[in-house]
Amino acid sequence: MTVIHDRPSNPAAGDEDRPIGYGRIQRKEDPRFVRGQGHYLDDIVLPGMLHSAILRAPVAHARLVSIDTTNALAHPKVVAVITGKDLLGLKLAWAPTLSADVQAVLVTDKVRFQGQEVAFVVAEDRYAARDALELIDVEYDVLPPLVDARKALDPDAPVIRDEIEGRTDNRIFDWEIGDKAETDAVFASADVVVSQEVVYPRVHPAPLETCGAVADFDAVNGKLTLYETTQAPHAHRTLFAIVAGIPEHKIRIVSPDIGGGFGNKVGIYPGYILAVVGSIVSGRPVKWVEDRSENLMSTSFARDYIMQGDIAATKDGKILALRTHVLADHGAFNATAQPTKNPAGFFSIFTGSYDLKAAYCSVTGVYTNKAPGGVAYACSFRVTEAVYLVERMVDVLARKLNMDPAELRLKNFIKPEQFPYANKTGWVYDSGNYEAAMRLSMQLAGYEDLRREQAEKRERGELMGIGVAFFTEVVGAGPRKHFDIVGLGMADGAELRVHPTGKAVVRISVQSQGQGHETTFAQIVAEELGIPPEDIEVVHGDTDQTPFGLGTYGSRSTPVSGGAVALVARKVREKAKLIAGAMLETRPEDLEWEKGRWFVKGDPSVGKTIAEIAMGAHGTVALPEGVDGNLDAEVTYDPPNLTFPFGAYICVVDVDPGTGQVKVRRFVAVDDCGTRINPMIIEGQVHGGLTDGVGMALMEIIEFDEAGNCLAGSFMDYLIPTAMEVPDWETGFTVTPSPHHPIGAKGIGESATVGSPPAIVNAVVDALAPFGVTHMDMPCTPARVWAAMQGRARPPI
Amino acid sequence: MQIPAPFDYVRATSVDNALELLARYGPESRVVAGGHSLLPMMKLRLSRPEWLIDINDLYELDFILRDGNKLRVGALTRHTTLLESDEVAALFPIVRDAELVIADPVVRNRGTIGGSLCQADPAEDLSTVCDVLAAEAVIRGPRGERILSMSEFHRGPYETAVGQDELLCELRFGIRPRTGSAYEKVERRVGDWAVGAAGAAVTLAADGTVDDAAVGLTALGLDHLVADAAAVLRGRRPDEELFAQAGRLAAAACDPVADQRGPVDYKRHLADELTQRVLRRACARAAQMQEG
Repeated sequence: MTVIHDRPSNPAAGDEDRPIGYGRIQRKEDPRFVRGQGHYLDDIVLPGMLHSAILRAPVAHARLVSIDTTNALAHPKVVAVITGKDLLGLKLAWAPTLSADVQAVLVTDKVRFQGQEVAFVVAEDRYAARDALELIDVEYDVLPPLVDARKALDPDAPVIRDEIEGRTDNRIFDWEIGDKAETDAVFASADVVVSQEVVYPRVHPAPLETCGAVADFDAVNGKLTLYETTQAPHAHRTLFAIVAGIPEHKIRIVSPDIGGGFGNKVGIYPGYILAVVGSIVSGRPVKWVEDRSENLMSTSFARDYIMQGDIAATKDGKILALRTHVLADHGAFNATAQPTKNPAGFFSIFTGSYDLKAAYCSVTGVYTNKAPGGVAYACSFRVTEAVYLVERMVDVLARKLNMDPAELRLKNFIKPEQFPYANKTGWVYDSGNYEAAMRLSMQLAGYEDLRREQAEKRERGELMGIGVAFFTEVVGAGPRKHFDIVGLGMADGAELRVHPTGKAVVRISVQSQGQGHETTFAQIVAEELGIPPEDIEVVHGDTDQTPFGLGTYGSRSTPVSGGAVALVARKVREKAKLIAGAMLETRPEDLEWEKGRWFVKGDPSVGKTIAEIAMGAHGTVALPEGVDGNLDAEVTYDPPNLTFPFGAYICVVDVDPGTGQVKVRRFVAVDDCGTRINPMIIEGQVHGGLTDGVGMALMEIIEFDEAGNCLAGSFMDYLIPTAMEVPDWETGFTVTPSPHHPIGAKGIGESATVGSPPAIVNAVVDALAPFGVTHMDMPCTPARVWAAMQGRARPPI
Repeated sequence: MQIPAPFDYVRATSVDNALELLARYGPESRVVAGGHSLLPMMKLRLSRPEWLIDINDLYELDFILRDGNKLRVGALTRHTTLLESDEVAALFPIVRDAELVIADPVVRNRGTIGGSLCQADPAEDLSTVCDVLAAEAVIRGPRGERILSMSEFHRGPYETAVGQDELLCELRFGIRPRTGSAYEKVERRVGDWAVGAAGAAVTLAADGTVDDAAVGLTALGLDHLVADAAAVLRGRRPDEELFAQAGRLAAAACDPVADQRGPVDYKRHLADELTQRVLRRACARAAQMQEG
């Protein structure tokens, strides 16, 4: 009889310092980034490549009278100048958006926002292309602009989309969800009702790498290779096939290293299409890279929601119902990237983390003379706005009831035993233990001590604020039956090949913009197969190299592709079992798995590692009937539900009473993203998201003047936070695995961006309580905070 | 990448050479030192010089020298050098106060005091610092050298007395005993332009009363010193009431414009608040110097 100590040690189990599977390991992609060896879009140089530049409209609203390109074409280095009229001939002047609208690739009739694409110059070098823009003579007939969404539906408002037949106003949609009658009834009988307008101003994802493309159309074999800064290469391939009429198998999209996406790189911008047109026209590769101002002024913005909120409660603090009407500014074209049938995306999760009797929301979307988009920006399709609304409303209620905001939240959370929890707007939350996260956050912050310190400081006239926010995220779309982008169901593929020597390549459909996919997905395979992560190559970003899938946004990589990778690894493991059985001349059912190895039940010294099995699979072992000679597998994972990460955030601010300057002194973030694959990467994601939150809460806004000029066209005007504005983040976690996800993971990419703005604003408003302030809108700049202290808080839009 | 309009570039080898080049290339030439104001404006094509005359090799203009009762600072002295100079901090603590809040280390490593003054951005900090310290500007040109007071040097936003064919070479600061100075700025974010800022220098008499004082404002629509404030302070013993009085005068003297950084009322409030703060600190420093 075999005794246990005969069993060989299991190196595949790894240890805490060098985990083979989940754990804290350094990112595999970092050596190239820290050495400056990343390969970004603008690093791509192809033989004979031309360069390009886009002429953009200087005004927000104007009829296009004429374009004269004669002088530009006379420039010795200019190869081509393309205008809207040229595109009309190619049937490419208008392209479909991700929200069933169309967007002008180049202006044909009318300019609809400042910075809109008017003409495209292709030249021998980038300098000549830029210089030639000044040689194009455009005549505009300037029209009155509409930049105030509140005036968009006025009878005398200029109609922006007058090219659509029969359109006489700027209304894009009216949409509602929840039971209005039931909600109104709860409100009518509630002890306490509080109302507050809550504005989430227009902000920009502002990735440090701007958008760009290199198009290489091979006229001989008809193949288009398009290098793009895209978060969704496969979806782009299909869209290009549909829009440009190039057969899909003749399109290869390559997304190289991406310098930040945040949702900015989901959509298809006119520049991408123009680069393709330029390459087809010139017969040479064409590079287009936008500059900072172009990125800020013309690419996908985020938010721009004016939310009227009502909250109903009993007098002892039981929240009963929430009601909201939203005025949503979508800009000149409805180009929101979101995968639902609902034009407000996932906004219907505005019921938050609370067990409500009723909820209702209605959203009106309008056109304005502003850049189109309304894409993620780390918002999971409008969850950011939803969480901000509910978390502000709960704080407004706490003040009205004179209750501690943490206590009010604790009193109203959905209880662990209520999961799976169906909320009033149709979501089924998978799992949660909200109270545990809230209590941990309060413990890490020293909540009671902070309140005592605050009371002492108030005595001395010092302004200290403590902000509490709790969020429930909804991420990881599909399931495909409910979620799609232009008809493409939201599922993702994974392919895994284990080479004869036991090294593996996993190919995935999602594309990293800095999230650490090459590490995280290797760790998932490592956990499932017991191969060290460094022996697993993760291939992504090239549609000729990877299986189909919808891409990285809405925190969906781990919930969807993470599931796909776990399942494909399990498929390989099961196949390895069959091959091991053949190698060991044992029935597979007599084999047992330990990390990295199949062994004979009852005789653990007899077994085969994954590497041995891989060699066996490719070797001369007689394989069982129906088993191919490889150790490869592929899957497409269609998630049965979304996942619902959550977190409890506490922020401490100090406000200078003389100047209104806000200093974020402390920030405690407790996150629950289910199973944690690489805690270091999770913390990095949280740190980044929290920093984003500081930006939005304190400084970021895209403003327009009355003439329609965008006032945020550079980093001199559009402020993003630096290390100087953020504290040392204090993070903590709880683990509540997703019950339906193959490894219980929920996604973390956007949690902190969603959860931090309400925590910070709640802290600022709390600091200003001695002045009677119950609400102020972002951004909490010194001037706006000071105005609130004077009783003159105003919405920013 | 933002691309400026086409231009030519030449590197000066000496002050004389720089002056020759300025004369040769005329009104469409610009001197570049640190370049952190000029180059962004060129990239946005708001500024379109035909020639850039690079003076970064003019090491003769990069110095901090004590010369009797004057401190002489070369126009090509980098912000970082000023920030790190203990001698400057001891004599004129306002300089370190200001340098700490000028942009970020990357900009401070390149940007120069001469460039800052000649750019004359209304939100530029060192102009106020030089005003309250009553600095002198040493300018050279084809007609030789001239020395101007700050009130002669400033000509309003983006304009100075330095002629197209001239070069600002040096700033001179008078060293006075029992003098303290301070600077404070409010910005929306580190590295942003000032919403508003104030600087003050105070010289105390032996009896502890104010012998001389200067208050200046940045980005608040006042090109010169707050003259009334100095008049009120002189001969008085510094206390909170006096600071408050000076603050009110600064608020009345300023003429800010509303922009994304804030409305007029807030900026006017800052003139008041920050004036009080810098006076409080400058007086404390002056008293400390007196004791020391």
